[in-house]
Amino acid sequence: MLSGKGGTGKTTVSSALIKLSEAKAYADCDVDAPNLHLIMSHTEVSKNRDFYGLPKAAINQKICIQCDLCRKMCQFDAVEKINNSYCIHDLACEGCGVCEMICPVRAITLKPSVVGDLMLYQNGSVFSTAKIRMGSGNSGKLVTAVKQELKAVAPQASFAIIDGSPGIGCPVIASLSGVDMVLIVAEPSVTGISDMKRIIATANQFLTPIAVCINKYDVNTIQTKRIEVYCRQHHISIIGYIPYDTEVVQAVNRNQSIIDIDCKAGSAVRKMFGIIEPFLKHTIRTKESKNE
Amino acid sequence: MKVAVLSGKGGTGKTLLSVNLAAVSPRALYIDCDIEEPNGRLFFKPAFNKTEFVTVLVPEVKQTLCNGCRQCVDFCKFNALTYIKGKLVIFDSLCHSCNGCYTLCPKKALSPKKKRIGRIQRGVSRNVSVTTGILNVGEASGVPIIKKLIKSASASYALHIIDCPPGSSCIVMESIKEADYCILVAEPTIFGLHNLKMVDELVRLFNKPYGLILNKCMDPWDPIEAFCKERRINILGRIPLDQDISKLNSEGFILVRTKKAYKNFFSALLKTIQKEADNQTIIGA
Repeated sequence: MLSGKGGTGKTTVSSALIKLSEAKAYADCDVDAPNLHLIMSHTEVSKNRDFYGLPKAAINQKICIQCDLCRKMCQFDAVEKINNSYCIHDLACEGCGVCEMICPVRAITLKPSVVGDLMLYQNGSVFSTAKIRMGSGNSGKLVTAVKQELKAVAPQASFAIIDGSPGIGCPVIASLSGVDMVLIVAEPSVTGISDMKRIIATANQFLTPIAVCINKYDVNTIQTKRIEVYCRQHHISIIGYIPYDTEVVQAVNRNQSIIDIDCKAGSAVRKMFGIIEPFLKHTIRTKESKNE
Repeated sequence: MKVAVLSGKGGTGKTLLSVNLAAVSPRALYIDCDIEEPNGRLFFKPAFNKTEFVTVLVPEVKQTLCNGCRQCVDFCKFNALTYIKGKLVIFDSLCHSCNGCYTLCPKKALSPKKKRIGRIQRGVSRNVSVTTGILNVGEASGVPIIKKLIKSASASYALHIIDCPPGSSCIVMESIKEADYCILVAEPTIFGLHNLKMVDELVRLFNKPYGLILNKCMDPWDPIEAFCKERRINILGRIPLDQDISKLNSEGFILVRTKKAYKNFFSALLKTIQKEADNQTIIGA
């Protein structure tokens, strides 16, 4: 589940589809702003694990001869001279190891650093999610770890839903890799359409089959028409139209999915769910016949 | 004054707020740091008269000089180099431009090569100077574009509005680094609150003075008000959930340039922000 633009309804639609499909495996890959766990209320305690990013540099002040080489060589401006001693900014250090390599007196070593928390819920189904630690930076690797954890624990699950993050950069690319289909939640606004085009172009680079659903389609019917025209021109199927529905926020604020209550938006997602399975089967068949 | 607008969750109204604050001030510089999905330009519709490409340095190999020692492969923490069938292969998109491999190569077989990852465009929309960064599709990181955007921002504007990307990772940290004041935008839902808690932690980590604006407000929603009280977060304003606003915004109109009432609303909001920022930055200093 992706969207380009944020706040179009990825998590709302994801949670509804997870419940409708009774998915045995699902994940929240929006590690910057994870929300799926708030709706998929699990009563059991999650299994938590620290996620280590690349080790970060540390300078041993007793050995440092203040040659300034590390500061000059660091491409990330992570080394600074403060009060006559050299320090590493953890927030800026990317762990490339150049300073450790070039230090003439071996005063620099790379130290392990926890950059995120992985959480795994198992209760008939498997739910993998994570949260990045503030100031840790790069979230693509954590996304990959969330997916690996899901695969390791639920290898037999035939259907999995992955709730992605907004944007088109590294966490999105990490979410995209290896999936059979991308469902884009589009929004009928000039910004929503611009972002939809960019996420479609990104998914196309990975040759991933795409389907689109339009959320709050009735808020601006002119922009909805523009999405339809664009999708037709690019041979992309629109498989769902979800109306604007004030019940949605109410449900979310009660930690409920929109299919838990009787509402217009929930019915629309139910209808869409009926189309997803044949769509997936068809795209997988087409892919296989192409491979043959 | 440099004001950064950020949110954690996407779609809470960062661009709506940024664009309207910039447009309502007498003269401002609007900087769109949401390089993955730059949308401010869709509202300002400036005639971009300057385009600058952003490049990074990635390694290039002279196969004839490479003796296959694999020191670079072992060194690269980002797995951007590999040695397959007697040949060194480089994956540009994984490279973080640390310069380690060419510094290391004993045969000087590696050298830096420029690679375009995106562009910066500049234009004018009436009282607002518009600068936007755009990341090329398929590129993993826009951090170098944001660095350049922030560095090249002209000091001749009294007000800089920095429209940040959603989330709380490296691109957000880079966008708020130089800001004097941060505005967090949140919507009153459990999603909005959960992500607000994360960015609240982030701005505190960076020691930035900040305030909150609530968007898409209906009736007061207690959990977010309680959180703000507990964390002593100043709520600078509330933008109502309103069909007219949604409609105008979805069409790409700038609210303050369409109706007097919106102009008055955002003008008052900007005054509150300026006053609050002045107070807090003085205390902070």
